[in-house]
Amino acid sequence: MKNKMKNIKMTKMILTLGVAMLVALPNANAAESSHDIPHVDFSFKGPFGTYDRGALQRGLQVYTQVCSACHGMKYVSYRNLSDLGYNEAQIKAIAAQNSTMDGPDDEGEMFERPMRPSDAFKEPYANDKQARYANNGALPPDLSLIAKARGGGADYIYALLTGYEDAPEGVTLSSGQHWNKYMAGNKIAMAAPLSDDIIAYEDESPTTADQYAKDVSHFLMWAAEPKMEVRKRTGIKVILFLLVFAGIMYAVKKKIWADLKK
Amino acid sequence: MSVKKETNSPKTEGAHGEGETRRDFLYLTAAAFGAVGAGSVAWPLIDQMNPAADTLALSSTEVDLSPIVEGQAITVMWRGKPVFIRHRTEKEIEEARAVDITALRDKQTDEDRVQEGHEKWLVMVGICTHLGCVPAGQKDTDVKGEYDGWFCPCHGSHYDNSGRIRKGPAPKNLEVPEYTFLSDTLIKIG
Amino acid sequence: MGSGTRQKLDNPVMEWVDSRLPVFSLLQKEYGVFPTPKNFNYFWNFGAIAMVMLVTMIITGIVLAMNYATTATDAFDSVERIMRDVNHGWLLRYLHANGASFFFIAVYIHIFRGMYYGSYKQPRELLWMLGVLIFLLMMATAFMGYVLPWGQMSFWGATVITNLFSAIPLVGDSIVTLLWGGFSVDNPTLNRFFALHYLFPFLIVGVVFLHVWALHVTGSNNPTGVEAKGKQDTLPFHPYYTMKDSFGIVVFLIIYATFTFFLPNALGHPDNYIPADPLVTPAHIVPEWYFLPFYAILRAITFDIGIPFTDIVIIPAKLGGVLAMFGSIALLFVLPFLDKHPVRSSRYRPWFKWFLIAFTVNAFVLGLCGGKPAEGFWVPLAQLSTFYYFAFFLAVIPFLNKKEPVMALPESISAAVLEKKSAK
Repeated sequence: MKNKMKNIKMTKMILTLGVAMLVALPNANAAESSHDIPHVDFSFKGPFGTYDRGALQRGLQVYTQVCSACHGMKYVSYRNLSDLGYNEAQIKAIAAQNSTMDGPDDEGEMFERPMRPSDAFKEPYANDKQARYANNGALPPDLSLIAKARGGGADYIYALLTGYEDAPEGVTLSSGQHWNKYMAGNKIAMAAPLSDDIIAYEDESPTTADQYAKDVSHFLMWAAEPKMEVRKRTGIKVILFLLVFAGIMYAVKKKIWADLKK
Repeated sequence: MSVKKETNSPKTEGAHGEGETRRDFLYLTAAAFGAVGAGSVAWPLIDQMNPAADTLALSSTEVDLSPIVEGQAITVMWRGKPVFIRHRTEKEIEEARAVDITALRDKQTDEDRVQEGHEKWLVMVGICTHLGCVPAGQKDTDVKGEYDGWFCPCHGSHYDNSGRIRKGPAPKNLEVPEYTFLSDTLIKIG
Repeated sequence: MGSGTRQKLDNPVMEWVDSRLPVFSLLQKEYGVFPTPKNFNYFWNFGAIAMVMLVTMIITGIVLAMNYATTATDAFDSVERIMRDVNHGWLLRYLHANGASFFFIAVYIHIFRGMYYGSYKQPRELLWMLGVLIFLLMMATAFMGYVLPWGQMSFWGATVITNLFSAIPLVGDSIVTLLWGGFSVDNPTLNRFFALHYLFPFLIVGVVFLHVWALHVTGSNNPTGVEAKGKQDTLPFHPYYTMKDSFGIVVFLIIYATFTFFLPNALGHPDNYIPADPLVTPAHIVPEWYFLPFYAILRAITFDIGIPFTDIVIIPAKLGGVLAMFGSIALLFVLPFLDKHPVRSSRYRPWFKWFLIAFTVNAFVLGLCGGKPAEGFWVPLAQLSTFYYFAFFLAVIPFLNKKEPVMALPESISAAVLEKKSAK
């Protein structure tokens, strides 16, 4: 009796410690930047969450018309846009809106050609130095992975895009700096990029800065984690399988040990 | 739970006929689950070696034919393999069509190996169908083999000027890849 | 292993092989009929679970290596290509990245079990020491593996950890240059880390083999800590423990799969999705969670150790931290020789038990400290916890050797099991 109790107590303790470890440690890693970030009700959250194709397409529009002026997405190719619900012809047309240098041709010359679905998104600058020079010395980060490279993920992107405020009194911003309540250190080189009615949506969604921010955050999450849907789908199957398997193994184990006691 | 008697021998198998059927069934189910699990795990491990999405996206290439004069051949790269493109002369086409195909190892007419309306262009993967060497015959100075086409130096396969196997160990004609004419002088391979 | 005592097998092919190389006899002897104490609890699953994780890591690692580029310019891109373009690449990488964490979880529980039930004590000292060696090799492998994606944490983790060696007096800087193959962490460093990251798991397999060999010489410990005295105390390993282990493994895999499929980045750090930049250090460098307790010990030594009331410094803070960190692992290594108390299991060592539980909680506190910036209240907390870590080995255990009463032990495993049953 006493031993059994002891065992239960210890198992409980270990479980508690284990859970505490699993919960506390990752949070300990990510804690610094994720405080106070508002939680957005994105459709991709939760174990069954999926991306919303409409939001992704609108987000692409926001990226193309606003962000892409300064930010590249070098890990995303036009062909990947099939995930957003575009067909092959549409993707070809989207890609062909930009051109890239290719070559050398048979005469050894570089030449310009329209982009193809297999090309990565058009980079706004030829190199980092040019990017810095054009942006007051600040390098606009590549956005392909930004939603995974910041604590808080898509919520953080949304918060940052909507977190511009006038600097509090007593704070002086040097030229090219802006005040953002969610930026670490609050000073950010990027001016508020979104305002109401700057982009005309093709669907009925509101054309507000808030909606733009939501859509582009949604899109950036997809860009960072394009395999999320298949991952979750696979995960559900795997876990269901393992649960049943565990049940069977438990029955087998019990049966074998029960035979022993007879 | 009541006090249970400990037995020294774990292998006490009484006459529990029903219990044993149930146990066998459990074992079988467990083994089946284990096998299914192992099989499902094996597939991603193998499939990762197949061409990746970016590789597949690059699997077509466009070739401008306008600089190739009659009687000349060029070699282009497609999916990491050489593709022979030959601008054939009238004489070559006539010769190729005169061959009696019943005598061929891989029976194929010359018409089947080119596209209608573009008979002067012969497009083939330049890989010997025997063991994968690149046959000679693209340049005028090359050894072209006994049938004035291509000759594979590795094991002596002779191809005619339509790229059909005529002599040597190769089992098949040189492969014609999938290609389309985007215009009279521009083709897309793949 | 001599073929003289070998039993004939029914299957002629197996018999042909077995009479020339008795692998089947060996398996039967070591895993079939191997006498195993009959009173294991679920803590005894974690050796098998760790083994499964080792195999998982090797298999996923090999297929990842098929798609990985070992140059500083291409490493990050190739990992992203694995995540986006390689068939099932995202799955393989997430399995590997989270697998490292779950391998450590299994091994930490396995180590705790060894400490709680006194499995390190005579005659299993060497078995325990081989285990600590496996743990050391795992840490080296995990550290080098974390460098391979060449993200910001990879790069700066590599920089900070290799710089530890610069604390060694006189030759430190030369050693660091040697490790780097240059004047900073760069392409040569990445190349050698990859080569070693691929090699070390096979060394681990080798030491695991020795670890299991040593286990099969002494036989397993058990929750009572009383040696098995005969057949009545043991069961054949198969099917009793093969099936129990399989059940435990599947349950463990459920938790592992939950992280891999639903929280794949929860145990990682966002900064490692930023390509390595030798010009910008992240605001707050942290290692992977499984290193945090040791990282906290490293940072806890913030003071020079010298002769009081003089300016003479014997051990500067930097060297002190490094010594403390390596010392913390060295103490695990010599634990069998520190703990001389005749009773093995904590079941019959009420004093040791509570000190050990405190030690475990303390390890979590250290982990927490290691994850926080080294400032404010976290510094003295880390120092206090570091103090207890060392005090446990160097003061508590020697004290218990002398003072903890020796309780009456059950006569045998069977007796203990019977007593437990009749108590119900």
